[in-house]
Amino acid sequence: MSASAIFVLDLKGKVLICRNYKGDVDMAEVDHFMPLLMQHEEEGLLCPVISHGNVHFMWIKHSNLYLVATTNKNSNASLVYSFLYKLVEVFTEYFKELEEESIQDNFVVVYELLDELMDFGFPQTTDSKILQEYITQEGAKLEVAKSKVPTTVTNAVSWRSEGIKYKKNEVFIDVIESINVLVNANGSVMSSDIVGSIKLKTMLSGMPELRLGLNDRVLFALSGRDKGKTVMMEDVKFHQCVRLSRFESDRTISFIPPDGESELMSYRINTHVKPLIWIESIIEKFSHSRVEIMVKAKGQFKKQSVANNVEVRVPVPSDADSPKFKTSTGNAKYVPEKNLVVWTIKSFPGGKEFLMRAHFGLPSVENDEAEGKPPITVKFEIPYFTVSGIQVRYMKIIEKSGYQALPWVRYITQSGDYQLRTNV
Amino acid sequence: MTDSKYFTTTKKGEIFELKAELNSDKKEKKKEAVKKVIASMTVGKDVSALFPDVVNCMQTDNLELKKLVYLYLMNYAKSQPDMAIMAVNTFVKDCEDPNPLIRALAVRTMGCIRVDKITEYLCEPLRKCLKDEDPYVRKTAAVCVAKLHDINAQLVEDQGFLDTLKDLISDSNPMVVANAVAALSEIAESHPNSNLLDLNPQTINKLLTALNECTEWGQIFILDCLANYTPRDDRESQSICERVTPRLSHANSAVVLSAVKVLMKFMEMLPKDLDYYGTLLKKLAPPLVTLLSAEPELQYVALRNINLIVQRRPEILKHEMKVFFVKYNDPIYVKLEKLDIMIRLASQANIAQVLAELKEYATEVDVDFVRKAVRAIGRCAIKVEQSAERCVSTLLDLIQTKVNYVVQEAIVVIKDIFRKYPNKYESVIATLCENLDSLDEPEARAAMIWIVGEYAERIDNADELLESFLEGFHDESTQVQLQLLTAIVKLFLKKPTETQELVQQVLSLATQDSDNPDLRDRGYIYWRLLSTDPVAAKEVVLAEKPLISEETDLIEPTLLEELICHIGTLASVYHKPPSAFVEGSRGVQHKRLPGSAGSGESVESPDTGTAAAVASEAPPAVIPSQGDLLGDLLNLDLTPPTTTGPPPPSSGLQMGAMDLLGGGLDSLMGDESEPVITSRDRLGGDLGGSPAMGTGFGATPAAMPASFNAPVSSGLDDLFDLGGGVGMPMGAYSPPKTVWLPAMKGKGLEISGTFARRAGVIQIEMTLTNKAMSVMSDFAIQFNRNSFGLAPAGPLQVLTPLSPNQSIEVTLPLNTVGPVMKMDPLNNLQVAVKNNIDVFYFSCQYPISMLFVEDGKMERQVFLATWKDIPNENESQFQIKDCHLNSDAASNKLQGSNIFTIAKRTVDGQDMLYQSMKLTNGIWVLAELRVQAGNPNFTVSLKCRAPEVSQCVFQGYETVLKN
Repeated sequence: MSASAIFVLDLKGKVLICRNYKGDVDMAEVDHFMPLLMQHEEEGLLCPVISHGNVHFMWIKHSNLYLVATTNKNSNASLVYSFLYKLVEVFTEYFKELEEESIQDNFVVVYELLDELMDFGFPQTTDSKILQEYITQEGAKLEVAKSKVPTTVTNAVSWRSEGIKYKKNEVFIDVIESINVLVNANGSVMSSDIVGSIKLKTMLSGMPELRLGLNDRVLFALSGRDKGKTVMMEDVKFHQCVRLSRFESDRTISFIPPDGESELMSYRINTHVKPLIWIESIIEKFSHSRVEIMVKAKGQFKKQSVANNVEVRVPVPSDADSPKFKTSTGNAKYVPEKNLVVWTIKSFPGGKEFLMRAHFGLPSVENDEAEGKPPITVKFEIPYFTVSGIQVRYMKIIEKSGYQALPWVRYITQSGDYQLRTNV
Repeated sequence: MTDSKYFTTTKKGEIFELKAELNSDKKEKKKEAVKKVIASMTVGKDVSALFPDVVNCMQTDNLELKKLVYLYLMNYAKSQPDMAIMAVNTFVKDCEDPNPLIRALAVRTMGCIRVDKITEYLCEPLRKCLKDEDPYVRKTAAVCVAKLHDINAQLVEDQGFLDTLKDLISDSNPMVVANAVAALSEIAESHPNSNLLDLNPQTINKLLTALNECTEWGQIFILDCLANYTPRDDRESQSICERVTPRLSHANSAVVLSAVKVLMKFMEMLPKDLDYYGTLLKKLAPPLVTLLSAEPELQYVALRNINLIVQRRPEILKHEMKVFFVKYNDPIYVKLEKLDIMIRLASQANIAQVLAELKEYATEVDVDFVRKAVRAIGRCAIKVEQSAERCVSTLLDLIQTKVNYVVQEAIVVIKDIFRKYPNKYESVIATLCENLDSLDEPEARAAMIWIVGEYAERIDNADELLESFLEGFHDESTQVQLQLLTAIVKLFLKKPTETQELVQQVLSLATQDSDNPDLRDRGYIYWRLLSTDPVAAKEVVLAEKPLISEETDLIEPTLLEELICHIGTLASVYHKPPSAFVEGSRGVQHKRLPGSAGSGESVESPDTGTAAAVASEAPPAVIPSQGDLLGDLLNLDLTPPTTTGPPPPSSGLQMGAMDLLGGGLDSLMGDESEPVITSRDRLGGDLGGSPAMGTGFGATPAAMPASFNAPVSSGLDDLFDLGGGVGMPMGAYSPPKTVWLPAMKGKGLEISGTFARRAGVIQIEMTLTNKAMSVMSDFAIQFNRNSFGLAPAGPLQVLTPLSPNQSIEVTLPLNTVGPVMKMDPLNNLQVAVKNNIDVFYFSCQYPISMLFVEDGKMERQVFLATWKDIPNENESQFQIKDCHLNSDAASNKLQGSNIFTIAKRTVDGQDMLYQSMKLTNGIWVLAELRVQAGNPNFTVSLKCRAPEVSQCVFQGYETVLKN
C-alpha cells in the first residue's frame, strides 16, 4: 500500500538510520539509490521516483538528508510523499533542526518515532503534539503519568488532549495573504492569484468548540444576506480538526482547535490582482564591456498603507564585476554567490515610486556557458491589510466551563511567488 | 548530552565489553549498554552475537529499554530463529500487561518478527489483543493480522482472524476501522480472488461514517478501499460522491487525490444530464489546481494524474491553462509535466497565450525543457489550425537563433506541420535548407531529407542536397538511410532525367553494401517497382499521405480507464498498469471503470468519446514519441496487396534481388497467395522511414485485402499483431479497420471498416472516403445471405453528401435475423454498397468472436452434462502458439469477448480452463483450454454439436488471445 521501508541517508547515500516495515524489499537495495540519483541528475532527468529492477524509491531531500521510501508494490505515491514530509515536520518539532547531526544525536527517539509513526507501511499517529505526550526525549519511565495511552491517540479528536488549562483564555488569529504573480517581459500579467492562510495560536482551556465567521460569498449567498464586501474563495483547505462535511453542507467552519500554533485553513483566490509592487526594468548588456540596469519600483496600493522590508532582487550575469549603484531610496547590494543585486527598502509607502541604477563591468573574455533567464523577484510585507478584503467577522468560543475568551485578529499581505521576467 | 556518544567505540573487544555491561545488575548500565548495541546496529555492525544477552534485558518495566530490545529483536530474530523462541514468553506476557502501551508494543513487534516457528505461539495473544478494551491495542492488532498473513496466510485463515478483522470494520473507534480496512485491503491485494472486502451498502455506510472521524491517513485507507467498490446504480453512486466530496477540502494532498480517484470512478455511473454531474465536474477543478501549490514531489504526482484526468475528462480543467505556466524555479520534472498538460489543454481560445509562453521557454537553457517546448510549438500548430501560421513563424524565429538543438528540434516539428498542412508553408524551405549542415542528430537529418524529397520539385538543387548526404551513407543511422533512400526515389520519380545516376547509386548502396535487412528489403522493393512499372511506382511512392492526428501520445483508452482507477499510486505516476512493474501481480484483475463494458462505453460522453474512439480504433496517425526499428519494419510491408498475379519477371533486377524477394519476402508475408506490391494508397509516404513521418502505418496495420478469401496465414497475422498489439484493449476484441474496397475499384470511393460488438450490439464500423473529384451521395448498403444471418438493422445513414477528399465514419448496428446461407469460410460476408455513381461489391470477414453473446456462461452442472453428452468425434483440438499470457490473463481477455470461464483446475502445473460461449444462433460451444506455466503454446479442445464452427471458433480464440 505504501512504504516497505524508510531510510534516512546522508548526502553521500550512507544510511544514517532506517526502519524495515514490511520485509518484502531487500534492505541492501538502498545502495543503488544514490548512484541512480546521480546518474539521473547528470542526464538532467531528475525525478522524485527512481526504480531499480522492481524496487521503487520515492524520495525527498531536506537540508543535508535524503528521506527515502522503498516499495515493490503499486504504492499510493501521494501518501508516501505526504508521509515523508510529515516525518520532516515531526522530526523538526522534536529536534528543532532536522539534519544529519540531529538524527545521530537522537537515534533512540528517532527509532521510537519511526515505530509509532508507521506500522507495516500504514501511517499511524503523526501529530507531533500528541506524540510528545508519550514519546519523550528523556525516555519514558513507567510511572503513573506515562503508563496510559493518551486517549487522544485513538480518539475522534486526535489532535487535542484533555485537561489543558490557561489562566487567561485567548486566541490569536493571523490572516496572511501571499500574492503570486508572473509578469512577462513585455509587462503583461500572465497569471496571478492569492493564497491565503489563517493561522491560530490557541491558548484556551478544556475542550472548546470554535466557530469562525468569514465574509465568505458562498455563505452569504446561502443565508440570503447581501451586505458589505464578500470574498469568493476558489478552493479551501482545512486542518484535520475542521468538520468538513459541515462546511460542505452549510459553509460553517466549526472545530475543536489544536492547542498552540496551527494552520487552521488555507484558501486560494483566482481573481486578477494588480501587482502591489510594480517593477519596470531596463537591463542592457553590452557584451565584453558592461551591464547597465535601471529598475523602477512603484507601490500600487493605498496611500495609507506601507510595505515593509521590500527586497527587489535583480539577476546579473555570473561573470559581472565592479558593481556601482545609485538609488533614490534604500540600499542596493551585490550578492555574487547568487548572481543578484538586492535592493532593500525598509519602508515603502503606497503610491510612491523609487528608482535604482546599477552598473557592472563584464570581462572581455566571455563566459560561454549558457545562462538561464532568471526573473526579477520581489519580497514585501504589508501589515493591517488583505488584498482580497477577507475579514474575520467573528470567532465564537464555547467551552462547557463557560469562560470568556478573547480572539485577536491580525492581517498581513505578503509576496508569494512574485516573478517578473526580463528581456535579457 | 546526546545519543551520539553511543557511536564512539572502545578499542578492545567491544562485543565482549558490551556483553559484560548487558549482564550488569544496574538498570541504568544495562540500558546504556543496549543503547550502544542499537547504535552499533545502526551503523551496520553485526551485533547478533549478543542475542541472548539482549533478550535477557527484555523483562523490564522500563518502556524505553523494552522498545530498544524489541527493535533489536526485529532486526536479528531472522538470523537467530532458534533463539527468537526465547522471546515468545515475554511477548505473551507483555500482551497481558495492564499498560495498553506495552500490550500494543508487544503485538506490534511480534508481527514484525518474521520467524515461522514462533508465529503459531502468537495466535492466542493476538486473538486477545483483537478484542482488547483499549482501541490503541485493537488498532495495532488489526495491522498485526496483515503482518501474520504475510508470513503464514493459511494460519491466519485457519485461526479465523480474517473474520475478526472484518468485524472490526464495525468497531466504534474510527482509527480501528481505518486500520482494519487497511489490513483487509492489503490482504485482499495478495488474494485477488478472495471476496475478503465484501463491500455492500451497509459496510460502505460504515466506512463513510468513519471517514469523517479518522486521521488523515485513515481517510486515505478508507477512500482507497471505497475506490474498489462498484455502486449498484447511479443513485448509490451519487450518494457516495456527495459524502466523499468534502474530503476535497482536506489539507493533505494525498487525501485529496484519493478522493478524486473515488469521484472520477463513480461519476462514470452518473447520467451526464444530471445536474449533480455538472456540479461534481465543477467541484473537481479547484482542488486539482491547489495541488500545484504543494511540495514539488507532490506536485509531480498531481501533474502526472492531471495528465490522465485531462485525457479522460478534458472539460474539468479546460479553463485552467494559466496555472500550468512554468515558473523559473520549478524543478525540471515539474516543468516537463506542466508542458505536457499545456499542450493537451491548448485550444483556439488560449493559443495566443500558450504560444507566447512556449516561445519564452524555448529560449531557456535547460536542453530537455527547451526541446520539449519547441516540440510543443509544433504540436500546437497541428492541433489548432488557426495558430499554424503563427507557430511556423515562431519556429522560424527560433531557427534564426542558430542554437543547434533548437534548430534541429524545430526542423523535426516543421516536417510534421508540412504533413498536416500540405502546400501551405513551403516558402520556408529555403530557410530550412540553410541549416542543413548544422544538423547532426538522426531525427533532424531524416526530417530534413524527407522535406527535400517531398518537395524535390520546388528545390532547385534537391539532387545536390541529397547527394551530399549520400557520401557518408554508411555512417548514417538506419533512420536516415531509409529516409534518404525514399527521398532519392521520390526525387527520381519527379525529375527522372537528371537523377538516374543518383538513384542507381542509392539503390546499390542500400541493396548491395548494406547488411541491414530493412534497408535492403526496401531497396529491393523500390528497385523492382521502378524497373517493372514506373507508373505504378509513381502511384505508390508519391501517393497522397494519410492525415496525421492532432492529439499526441494519447494513452490507449483501456489503459487510461485502468489508470484512472489507480489515481495517486505509482501506476498513475508511471502511466503503466501495475502488472507492468509489480512482480506477482499477473493474476490480479485489471481495474476497470464501472459501467464500462468494453471500449464502447465511452461513446456516451461525446467529449471523451471522440478522443477514446480515435485511439481505440487504431488512431489515424498518432505521432509516436519515439521511433523504433520495429515500426520501420512494419511500415514497409503492411499495405494490402489488392491485386494478385505472379510477379512479372523483371530483367533489370539482379538475381540476388529476385531470390530475396521471391523467397524471403514472400515467406515473410507467410503465404503463397502472391503478395505483390502493386498496392496503392498509403505505401507512398509510408515507405519513408522516419517514424514520425510514417505515422500512417501504425495506424491501420492489419490491412486485410478484400479479395483475400483464404484465411490469412498466421505469419502475416503475427506481423500485424506487432503493429496493433501494443496495449490493445481488453474487452471484446475488434480488429483494426482494414480497407475493404480500394478506391481504385470503387471509382474513387474507398471503404475501410471493421466489426465490433459493443454493449451486446454487433456493429459494422466503416470509414467512407471520397477520393474522386465529384461529390458522392445516396449511399445504401446490402448484405448477401451469410452463415449467421447478419443483416443491417437499419439503413446506412450518410446524411450529408461526401465531398472530394472527405472521409466519414459510419456505424451501423446489425441484427442476425437475415437470410442464412453457409459461406466458406464460415465468417465470410459479401457486401454491396451503392452510391450515386455505381454499385460496388466486396467481401470481408468478421471476427467470429463478435457473435458470442453475453449470456454464454453455462452452469457448471449443465456444462459437465453437456460435455459428456456431445459425442467425442465432435471434439477437435487446436494449438495456439506463442501466446504469452498466464491462464488468468487469458481468461480475463477471453471473458471480454464473451468466452466465459466456468471452472479452473490445476493439474501438475497445467491450468485447465473450462469455458463456454454461445453464438447468436444459439449454438453452444464448450472448450477446454490448457495452459502450462511458462509454455507459450496453448491447447484448446472444442466440443460442439455443430462441429463445423470449431475451426472458426478456434480462429476467434487465437485472435482474441493474441490481440
